[in-house]
Amino acid sequence: MSDLLWWVFASLAVGGAAGTVLGRNPVASLLSLVLTFFSLAAIYILLGAHFIGALQVMVYAGAIMVLFLFVIMLLNLGHDFRPDLRKGVWLVSGFVTTGLIFYFIWRSFAGEAGLAMGTDPVLEKAAEGGNAITVIAEPLFRDFIVAFELTGILLLVAVIGAVLLAKRRV
Amino acid sequence: MLTNSLVLAAILFSIGVLGVVVRRNAIILFLCIELMLNAVNLAFVALSRAVGIEGQVFVFFVMAVAAAEAAVGLAIVISIFRHSETVDLKNFNLLRW
Repeated sequence: MSDLLWWVFASLAVGGAAGTVLGRNPVASLLSLVLTFFSLAAIYILLGAHFIGALQVMVYAGAIMVLFLFVIMLLNLGHDFRPDLRKGVWLVSGFVTTGLIFYFIWRSFAGEAGLAMGTDPVLEKAAEGGNAITVIAEPLFRDFIVAFELTGILLLVAVIGAVLLAKRRV
Repeated sequence: MLTNSLVLAAILFSIGVLGVVVRRNAIILFLCIELMLNAVNLAFVALSRAVGIEGQVFVFFVMAVAAAEAAVGLAIVISIFRHSETVDLKNFNLLRW
């Protein structure tokens, strides 16, 4: 059951990604990308990362995509249907990418035994939905506390920079 | 499922690279960069099931950096649009020599 769901969401994710690259209209591209993000959230939950799945829906599909949509609306780009593909580059790199994708698929089927699920008991319990947040919060606030605080500073700098850059007169 | 997830991450990353190389619309370029970041996140989550919880902590940091990058990048796009009335990359050659 869970394998079948994985394949469904994986194909949805790849289809959404292809729609992002091929879409003529920025809004259509963006909505395809939202589809990809939701499928990725479902795959995270299938992989046992419940907290990351929730974060994916809230931060990516919620906040970042709405930011993009606001910019498209503000700049009035929704009517832009002109093809903007670079012709020669498009042919060559499309061919190369398709080849790469089939190479990846072929290697994954022809390769030797795949990765096995880990046997960490804490991770197993979290994957079953027991204490999904505790299991991330513990290393985050113990081993990575400096990086966590630096992330706060990074977000502050990004906010100030975005306001300064988008302001009408500096 | 873990190996398949890693292959899916590689495929999504390739599609993102294709978009960055091929498209000329700055907004869609940013969308493709977000797609690549998400592919890396998927690889982190898949490996965290095999190795340890640290992979999921790293996904948290990647998301924070992606949010900051989107905010600053879109602000740059807005200020360039105000200057040249377009988001087509062929007009963004100020730093080219």
